[in-house]
Amino acid sequence: MDVDKIIDKYGGKRRYLIAILQDVQEEERYLPKEALCRVAERLGMPLVDVFGVATFYSAFSLVPRGRHEVTVCVGTACHVRGSRRILEEFERRIGVRAGCTTEDLEFTLETVNCLGCCAIGPVVVVDKAYNGEMTTGRVKGIVDRCREAAKVEAS
Amino acid sequence: MITLKINGIDVAVEKGTTLLEAAKFYGINLPTLCHDDGLTPYGACRLCVVEIGTGDRTQLVSACTYPAEQGLVVRTHSRRVTDVRRMMIEMYLATCPSSKTIQDLASKWGVSRCRFEVKHEDCVLCGLCVRMCAQQMDGRAIGFVGRGKNRRITTPFDEKSDVCRLCGGCMYICPACQSRCQGPQERSPICNACVACEPPCLVPWDDMKCYMDPCVWCEQETKRKLLAESKVQE
Repeated sequence: MDVDKIIDKYGGKRRYLIAILQDVQEEERYLPKEALCRVAERLGMPLVDVFGVATFYSAFSLVPRGRHEVTVCVGTACHVRGSRRILEEFERRIGVRAGCTTEDLEFTLETVNCLGCCAIGPVVVVDKAYNGEMTTGRVKGIVDRCREAAKVEAS
Repeated sequence: MITLKINGIDVAVEKGTTLLEAAKFYGINLPTLCHDDGLTPYGACRLCVVEIGTGDRTQLVSACTYPAEQGLVVRTHSRRVTDVRRMMIEMYLATCPSSKTIQDLASKWGVSRCRFEVKHEDCVLCGLCVRMCAQQMDGRAIGFVGRGKNRRITTPFDEKSDVCRLCGGCMYICPACQSRCQGPQERSPICNACVACEPPCLVPWDDMKCYMDPCVWCEQETKRKLLAESKVQE
C-alpha cells in the first residue's frame, strides 16, 4: 500500500504526521478514510487526533480534489482590483461555484484571503503557478490550456 | 513553599500550584467552565481571569494555567476582573442560553441582560469532554475537528467511534448540556426563574471586601443603599 511506503519514508515517527499527510494528499489529491486510519494505526496515534489535524489545515481535503486547482485571491488588495469579477468568470467557465470540484474531477475552484503578493494583484494560482495582474479576458485561455493538458495526458 | 498575596492576604502554596488552586485552597471561589480537578488545565473559558501585578502595570491572566510565583500580587475580584468576567458571561449566555450552568453563573454575577445575538449553540468548546475521554476514560474517541468558526467536537468522520465505550463521561462533565430551569420562561436569553433572586454582589468593588461566598458585606451595603433610596423617594 502506498501509504505504508510514505510512512516508512518518514521512519514511522509521530512528529512527521503533517509531512506524511501532505505526501498522501499530493499522491491521492485527497485524504482517503482508509489512509487516515492506516496512518493513525502505524503512528500509534488516536484516529481522532489524525482527523483533527487533517480537518484543521485547509491544504488537506477529505473529498477528492480536481486535477487542476484554481485558487482565486479575494483578499482586500485583489478585491479592490476586481477579483470578484475574475472569480465569477472562472465559475462560469469551469461550471462550479467557489469551493467546489467539477464532477469529472478536472477542476477545483477555491478562494483564498491573501497570498502575500498584493503588488501583482489580482492574483490567481493555477496548479501552484502564480498568475499576477489577472483579467477576465485571460481566464478562458487558462481554463482551455488546463483542459488541453488533460486531453494530451489522456491520449 | 512560595508566598504570594491574594486579595491582600499573604498566602503560601507549594511550588507548581496554579493560581486557581491556590485561591480555591484559601476559600476564594473563582468561576470556571473548562476546569476540573481531575483533568489537565486548559484555559479555554477564561472565566477564571485574575489581575496580577500592582499599580498601572497589572495584567489579566487565566488563573487555571498561571503558576504561583514568589511575591506575586493577585486580585481575584477587582473591578477590572469583574467587568471582564461579566462581559464573558454575557457572551456565553448568547452562545448557549439553554445551559443551566451558564444561567446560574449569570444570575450569580448579576448579568441581567444579553446584548448579543442569541445563537443557541449546544457547545461552548470548553474541551472538558475531550479531556475527560482521553485522560480519565482512556478513550480518545472524540476530539476537536475543523478550525475557526467551524471548530467543533466530534468523532472521526462523524461516525460511531470504535474506541468509544459509551461510558457517558463526556455528557457527565459537559457544562452546556444540562437544560436550564423549567420555570415560566419569557422569550429571553436570560433564565426567567432567577430574575427574582438578588445577585450576591451588585456593586463591583475594587477589591473583594469579605471572604464569604457569596460576599455578604456588599449585599447588606446594597440593601442599605436601596433602603436609603426608597426613603428619599418617599
